[in-house]
Amino acid sequence: MFKIVKREEMSDGTVVLNDIDAPMIARKAKPGQFVILKANETGERIPLTMAATDSEKGTITVIYQVVGKSTALFKTLQVGDGYQDVIGPLGKATHIEKVGNVVCVGGGTGIAVLHPITRALKEIGNHVTCIIGARTKDLLILEDRMKAASNELRVCTDDGSYGHHGFVTDVLKEILEKEKIQLAVAIGPVPMMKFVSLMTKEYNVPTLVSLNPIMVDGTGMCGGCRVTVGGQTKFACVDGPEFDGHQVDYDELTLRLQAYCENEKQCYEEFCIMDS
Amino acid sequence: MAEKATKKEKREKIPRQPMPEQKPKVRAKNFDEVPFGYSQEAAIKEAQRCLQCKKPGCVAGCPVEIDIPGFIQLIKEEKFTESIRHIWQRNSLPAVCGRVCPQEIQCEGLCIVGKKGEPVAIGNLERFAADWERVNGTGALPPKADPTGKKVAVVGSGPAGLTVAGDLIAKGHAVTVFEAFHKPGGVLIYGIPEFRLPKEIVAQEVNFLERLGVTVECNQVVGRTITIDELFEEGYEAVFIGVGAGLPVLLDVPGKNLIGIYSANEYLTRSNLMKAYLFPEYDTPIIQGKNVVTLGAGNVAMDSARTALRLGAENSRIVYRRSRAEVPARTAEVHHAEEEGVEFFFLAAPTKFIGDDKGRVIGMECLKMELGEPDASGRRRPVPIEGSEFELECDLVIVAVGTGANPILTQSTDGLTLNKWGYIQVDEKTAKTTKKGVWAGGDIVTGSATVILAMGAGRIAANSMHDYLNLGW
Repeated sequence: MFKIVKREEMSDGTVVLNDIDAPMIARKAKPGQFVILKANETGERIPLTMAATDSEKGTITVIYQVVGKSTALFKTLQVGDGYQDVIGPLGKATHIEKVGNVVCVGGGTGIAVLHPITRALKEIGNHVTCIIGARTKDLLILEDRMKAASNELRVCTDDGSYGHHGFVTDVLKEILEKEKIQLAVAIGPVPMMKFVSLMTKEYNVPTLVSLNPIMVDGTGMCGGCRVTVGGQTKFACVDGPEFDGHQVDYDELTLRLQAYCENEKQCYEEFCIMDS
Repeated sequence: MAEKATKKEKREKIPRQPMPEQKPKVRAKNFDEVPFGYSQEAAIKEAQRCLQCKKPGCVAGCPVEIDIPGFIQLIKEEKFTESIRHIWQRNSLPAVCGRVCPQEIQCEGLCIVGKKGEPVAIGNLERFAADWERVNGTGALPPKADPTGKKVAVVGSGPAGLTVAGDLIAKGHAVTVFEAFHKPGGVLIYGIPEFRLPKEIVAQEVNFLERLGVTVECNQVVGRTITIDELFEEGYEAVFIGVGAGLPVLLDVPGKNLIGIYSANEYLTRSNLMKAYLFPEYDTPIIQGKNVVTLGAGNVAMDSARTALRLGAENSRIVYRRSRAEVPARTAEVHHAEEEGVEFFFLAAPTKFIGDDKGRVIGMECLKMELGEPDASGRRRPVPIEGSEFELECDLVIVAVGTGANPILTQSTDGLTLNKWGYIQVDEKTAKTTKKGVWAGGDIVTGSATVILAMGAGRIAANSMHDYLNLGW
């Protein structure tokens, strides 16, 4: 069992942070890589990109949003409980390089994935501007940590309850107009990554996105996580999870993410009835 | 002389004992194992059919060289405990082999009795001995050599890895098996369905090795969680790589990424390892098609098409680009599939998949083929017939046309020589790779093959590893 040593709820309890005791993974993991978690014997294998690792304490940090049965089950796990299985680190690490000015755009729990990448990009000597967004102020996560990890932080809310009133792309456009940016990193919901990529393409700014298709094994064995990038089929688990944002077929990804929506609904509803 | 003649006559009169099994219509709707196994009486009768040849063809046909007449003789004498222990000397996975080996081209294919009539049912007898031990046995373990103090790592817990583990633990070495999945067994767990190989049996075979002293570490992706070189740093003196092929081959035709088009690896992993057939008791979902098409005609294709029936398919079809004569699956699997209602479309291949506005597959277009000149594999090459397009309605497609070499381990390990397809090059006689202290066997060397061939490769490697641990590279 992989014990939970720290647990935090955020975003009105819809998002949960776990520090998990997994020394072998913590020793190896790099920003951008993911783990697969399985709560118990009957559980699903769920891929989550790590938000942080601590090789000295031997822990990894994952932050997930409760969206269905599996994440609702994860949420029931308290400090001292654990996951039956944690596998990783999987996928390719982010290529961290000094390029100059970098913009990091994060939405939802994508902000958690963006955090270690932002920090690494800053530590190597880039000037990093971060734009993070949420529907409303109470749903925003990791503001303090993102502030510390970047040179400059801009916040957006859809309803205007905090920061800029509007989408992350509004602020991104403002920055792209003003200065020369060498790299953009966008991690969040698929529509956000799609629109950020469409915009940065206009300005010829190379853009990295981190994709989260449905996976099973996470080692390139099943092909369930296939995505089309530059007209070619890639496996997000071994070729990614990061890809050139300008080349990704987001529409196909959006459809493929819906493959099990009916099953997921059924499963989640049954779980909610049992849980209450 | 007279007595001998009567004995022979008696033996010849015993027909091959049929394997009792679930009725096709019943079993096509459940995941319980198809054959029930021999009764004690049937096993003894079948054992009496064996000629006890001085130069047995069957043994020569067995990749792990089980003393087949020996264990059959013990069944005939009702010495079941002794019989299974006799098999264990050469094979630590008899319950598996008795169920999934292609006996008709191995032991039974070379059986002398089979020259005139039906061969001795060696597979069924092996299964009987293993099952008898599981249900009635004492659980007493076979003898083991004194500890050598040497540590060995086995990467992958499929048939090749488990064979190496079983052989080397018996020779006194300390063996640790590293498995990437959360359960050990490799293809025996994720690939072969419950109705053909109950997972409880795989778990028991692994447990047998653990009781012998083998350590099994799951959730260890060698190449990611730990590397081969780190295993050496941790004191392992020899490493066996048996990670399987593990890279799905998908068809490169339009619509290949529509929802409802699975690689066989994904379909079977969801159903078998993740137990999606028990959804929602288990959380992993699986698409349950009404009109299912499986592409390919190997054992994996048969497993997929038969799984689809059990998951509620109204039609389960196999589309294969060659003819019936080239079908690579075991005869028994094809027979079982047909009995259960799987339909075969020979000499056809898909040219595109058709989807709806939600990105879900609703049909496929195929071309008819004819057989041309033999290709590199020696089989006649299928050639498309122009203008022969036809459409098949389908809401689930399972692509079972083979696998490639998974690069996770090979790309993270210096010193391994790979062939042009990415498989590991080894010395055939020893299974040694080009990296010192590292052996490899099974599908990551040969490409997709069978359980027993992987076990045969494991046996070769284990012998060479034992020599190395005693004498050096």
